[in-house]
Amino acid sequence: MKTKIFPIFLIITFSIIFYVFYKGLQNSNIYTPEIKSEIKIPSFEAKEFFSKDNVNSNQIFTGSEYYLLNIWASWCIPCKEEHKYLMDLSKKENIKIIGQNYKDNFVNAKNFLIKLDNPYDLIFSDNDGTIAIEWGAYGVPESFLIKNNQIIKKIIGPLNEKLFSEIKELTQ
Amino acid sequence: MNILKLLITVIFLINFFSSDLKAKNLGTEITKNLRCLICQGQSVYDSDSEFANSLKILVEKKLDDGLSEEQVYDYLKNKYGDWILYDPGFNKNTYFLWLLPILMFVFGGAIILRKVILKKKKL
Repeated sequence: MKTKIFPIFLIITFSIIFYVFYKGLQNSNIYTPEIKSEIKIPSFEAKEFFSKDNVNSNQIFTGSEYYLLNIWASWCIPCKEEHKYLMDLSKKENIKIIGQNYKDNFVNAKNFLIKLDNPYDLIFSDNDGTIAIEWGAYGVPESFLIKNNQIIKKIIGPLNEKLFSEIKELTQ
Repeated sequence: MNILKLLITVIFLINFFSSDLKAKNLGTEITKNLRCLICQGQSVYDSDSEFANSLKILVEKKLDDGLSEEQVYDYLKNKYGDWILYDPGFNKNTYFLWLLPILMFVFGGAIILRKVILKKKKL
């Protein structure tokens, strides 16, 4: 009896281990932070992009309309892809687009906006990238949909057709 | 010959203990324990990605603001989740991780103990 239990136990153990590792093969090994929604926006000080005046986050997100904070840079290729969606959204009345210029050269960034048009109601600069960390972002582009000082949706990566219609739906 | 050996050992030990094994400041110590989200598998200290460089600046800033090491970890954990720490805390997601080695140790010990007792009985 005792001799039978051991092989069975061994087979079961190895099957479980095999199953766990086999399942694990399909998992992505790149971690993306969990998207916590309904969190309060951070407060920070920044410089306005064109005028270089100091702006406080409390002054930016005051209204009751929707805000879309978009982290962008002229050197970021996906930012060019999502630009047309931002232009479309900027035509909507109830949504304000705030740009956060991430680690960029002023002249390049300005040329980017001249060439592709400016969808932003306000832009502030984030020269050392620390404000992006306050937002919990880690790359460009990233967008945050904000309402009443709460982040209601976080988008990692460029906007696409699907996300664009999702935002439109949320801001109806 | 023996004197030479002793001398070499002494010189070696002196160098070993006087070498700066400890990080020079707390900021470095903290960034070594943070995982970079861009180059995953590297620490923030080792990485040269935009994100890691910003994070290094931010950690220094937070320390200047008077935050303790623990508070900096908590702050980042809040933003990016437990994953950013190389040394995750003890919570419901990590019970298994922390307790598994202890369980294995106890289980293995029990098996060995049983074998020893059985052997003694046979003798």
